Amino acid sequence: MAATLTANCRCVLPGGFRLDAALALPLDEAPVTVLFGPSGAGKTTLLRLLAGLERPDAGKIVFRDRTWCDTARGVWLEPQQRRAGMVFQHYALFPHLTVERNVAFAATGQAAARMMERFGLSGLAGRLPRAISGGEQQRVALARALAASPDLLLLDEPLSALDASARIRTRRELRGLLASAGVPSIVVTHDRTEAIALADWMAVMVEGRILQTGPVREVFARPASAQVAEAVGVENILPAEIVSRGAGLLRLAVGRAVLESLDGGESGPVLASIRAEDVALTRDAVGASTQRNRLTGVVRAIAIEGPLARVEMDCGFALVALVTAQSAADLNLRPGESLAAIVKTTSVHVIPAG
Amino acid sequence: MDWQAIGLSLRLALATTLVLQVVGMPLAWWVTFSRRRWKFLVEAVVALPLVLPPTVLGFYVLIAIGPRSPVGALYARLTGGLLPFSFAGLLVASVLYSMPFTVQPMVAAFGSVDRKLLEASWCLGISRASTFRRVVMPLARQGIATAAILSFAHTVGEFGVVLMVGGNIAGVTRTVSISIYDQAQSLDYAGAWHTSLLLVAFSFVVLAVTYSWQRRAWMLWPPH
Repeated sequence: MAATLTANCRCVLPGGFRLDAALALPLDEAPVTVLFGPSGAGKTTLLRLLAGLERPDAGKIVFRDRTWCDTARGVWLEPQQRRAGMVFQHYALFPHLTVERNVAFAATGQAAARMMERFGLSGLAGRLPRAISGGEQQRVALARALAASPDLLLLDEPLSALDASARIRTRRELRGLLASAGVPSIVVTHDRTEAIALADWMAVMVEGRILQTGPVREVFARPASAQVAEAVGVENILPAEIVSRGAGLLRLAVGRAVLESLDGGESGPVLASIRAEDVALTRDAVGASTQRNRLTGVVRAIAIEGPLARVEMDCGFALVALVTAQSAADLNLRPGESLAAIVKTTSVHVIPAG
Repeated sequence: MDWQAIGLSLRLALATTLVLQVVGMPLAWWVTFSRRRWKFLVEAVVALPLVLPPTVLGFYVLIAIGPRSPVGALYARLTGGLLPFSFAGLLVASVLYSMPFTVQPMVAAFGSVDRKLLEASWCLGISRASTFRRVVMPLARQGIATAAILSFAHTVGEFGVVLMVGGNIAGVTRTVSISIYDQAQSLDYAGAWHTSLLLVAFSFVVLAVTYSWQRRAWMLWPPH
């Protein structure tokens, strides 16, 4: 696929952190790209380099047929000339301006009015940013950026400023907004669930370097290196079907078993993602707790990894649990034994399978 | 009371404040956001009047604007007049003398504007100058007002610099503080009392108003 955006940047930050990132993204074929990696990997710095808010020590950035930066030839476009809309982590709304004036800050009245309408902000037009919720602030930031009709949208951890329940709701909404924006976007996140939920394409960044890029599912399914596998390490991503919903909960059919999760409004085929450390193992008969997903299964394999034990179970589907080596010893785990696995409802993350 | 001197002081303070708003704002902007290594030298020079005896500052200004200096010679050629012992000369000295009282509150105010807001504006395609006008100025309004008030009040209260540069010419350079000095020298204690009391009341009101607005009005250079 032809790359829409290529970036090759090297720089050393004041703290001594080295960034040496090579990125090539086919933004026209895959409009939403997630720049994924653990905290401190340099994702935000790379985004700021793309926006023109930081200068690389050496590097070249080309978007479509325009060179934004080429240190070898002394080419440098200011942020104003790049037409790359930025949504900051804490949104950076102008605190002295109303919602309406924020959205219209760099747009014609008509474009601003259209965005206000599309993002459902008309009812908030006269409010100041501090008087609206985090989710609303995010919509204002997005509307403000899009009203200026950018060629590219850059979002820095757009969901991290929200509380947990707003994050789940907004995640689904954001995917829809980005997909229909008509402008390719690059989203920085360190959250695996967010990456899967938002993106078509994914670039994995670790310690200042881009290690792998590709379609999201492929990167998760086939990490190119151990470093990438560790970075994307969601152990359990399970194809699931929604059986029923009610009282804010979803019932999901996963293999032969049924799991409960919080209802984020998803529909159609979904994936249930469960981190291995969120799976608890027990030999007790039916427990007292009714809030938990209780699965019986057979131990397939046990691997001791330092203080932790990685237990592979067959619960009608493959489930990986990460428990302390101590509790694995206490449970006296052996392959072939039957056991119960417990997953809290809130630890089952539902992701549209798209 | 020497109303002529009071009027002159007010005119001088007003003119100084206006000039400093125009000159001090870009300087404060530069001090706030420049990443130059030698920025501290500029900061130190701007802050010098805070610690220098006013007579020292006045002496150098007198030399610098005298008819033999390039500045004084240029001024003479353009206007036919002399800078020392004139209102214009006083204005030059007052601007330098009150510079820290304009620049420091502005730096504090500009520095407290979240840099992300400027970057957000730039990424929206808004030029640096427009960003300053539309984002920084409204958010630093209080600091800019503090700068104006402090500069005005400080100019009203200056003595040594005025005496060195302006002398004591009634209606031209005799400001209110010099008038009080004259009154005390000529044993007109009643007059000195009245004028002094007026200045104390004026200064107190100005500072009380300023502090009620902004806690950190007098802090030296903000951390950056």
